[in-house]
Amino acid sequence: MLKEFFSSRKNIIFTGIFIGASAAFLQKLGNPSNMGICVACMERDIAGALGLHRAEVVQYIRPEIIGFVLGSLIAALIFKEFKARSGSNPLIRFVLGFFAMIGALVFLGCPWRTLLRLAGGDGNALFGLAGLVVGIWIGIFFIKSGYNLGRNQKTNPIVGWVMPVVMVGLFLLLIFRPQLPSGAIFFSNKGPGAQHAPIFIALIIALAIGFFAQRTRFCTVAAVRDVILIKDTYLFTGVISLLLAAFVSNLFFRQFHPGFQGQPIAHSYQLWNFGGMVLAGLAFTLAGGCPGRQLFLSGEGDADAAIFVLGMIAGAGFAHNFSTASSSQGPGLWGPASVILGLIICLVIGLSMSNLRKKGKETQ
Amino acid sequence: MEQRIDTRGLSCPLPVVTARKKMLEMKNGILEVLTDTGTSCDNITRMAVNAGWKVEAKEEDGEYRLIISSKKKQRG
Repeated sequence: MLKEFFSSRKNIIFTGIFIGASAAFLQKLGNPSNMGICVACMERDIAGALGLHRAEVVQYIRPEIIGFVLGSLIAALIFKEFKARSGSNPLIRFVLGFFAMIGALVFLGCPWRTLLRLAGGDGNALFGLAGLVVGIWIGIFFIKSGYNLGRNQKTNPIVGWVMPVVMVGLFLLLIFRPQLPSGAIFFSNKGPGAQHAPIFIALIIALAIGFFAQRTRFCTVAAVRDVILIKDTYLFTGVISLLLAAFVSNLFFRQFHPGFQGQPIAHSYQLWNFGGMVLAGLAFTLAGGCPGRQLFLSGEGDADAAIFVLGMIAGAGFAHNFSTASSSQGPGLWGPASVILGLIICLVIGLSMSNLRKKGKETQ
Repeated sequence: MEQRIDTRGLSCPLPVVTARKKMLEMKNGILEVLTDTGTSCDNITRMAVNAGWKVEAKEEDGEYRLIISSKKKQRG
């Protein structure tokens, strides 16, 4: 009965509104502009705090990421949906996570931040959104062609607990801030990494988001995918609710600044705003969901989703160490090349894991 | 004629895509779908109901057995 209540359409709308309004509120409380929530950026900040990259302006352990996983864990335990599972091509999922992050950091945002940038008036996000839809569309082409990463298997419960325990560990590092001889843990003194909402407020909001998103299956990539693939608008109504709630909240908090130039943590190289999100959209679709959804799945015991998250964090380290991440000045030195390489690799994965290759062989 | 598919272990969106494909092939009749996540159960149920089919879901030990039947067949 309660399960059916949470999967009703009004609850996906509520979840979208809650996420959109919370993002604007977290920005008001200190998170970077148009980045009240950004799963990719926040995982990148965590990678920086751990020293996986040394970009000094983006290093912070974001409690939002911790809250998403633990909120989902709480919901999964209460509703008896916590189930440890793994074994559906984890290495491919790691690679997809890696390149999803590469693409997202060329655009400067995940699908959630694409919507939040739009809701804050950043016109450049339109090109990212268009890229995201094209990337999802390419992914759908592979799904329709039989793309499949293989079945997962039930496994020992401890496997499902790894990611929640890692999150608790990160939270302890955030609270106690141990200083090691290497300089870790790294926390930015300036730039986006130094801008953050109070820890416990951010954590509580994120726990609630994780809880509701686990129950309603909120996913920004599946929202678009399901409309095209199976003509289902359930998740899409949640995404539209997020966009509208963030827009109205930004107006309320005086955070709406329309335009293309000088937008916060954004650039106007539209080809690479578009291209970066084509790559991200394709990688997310091939992995089965947006970065937020991968965190929620990690919380309910899906170790394959956890591997995808780890791939994203590794990708963030690589993106800053190898100058593929963009800045407000534009794409990094190797940003465009990394997008092209990522697209080639994701297309090869899509092709190899679908029936297209078999069909090609049969016709020879 | 009753048909059966096993989507256990498949990640999203394959369970709902597989079920939908089978329903389109069958046009009417009864389809039994096995799945093992709440998300897949929700997605398949919503898809089938939107397509005008009737769904009965049973949960046993964290796995779901969905009996999807076309209303057309029931009337006949």
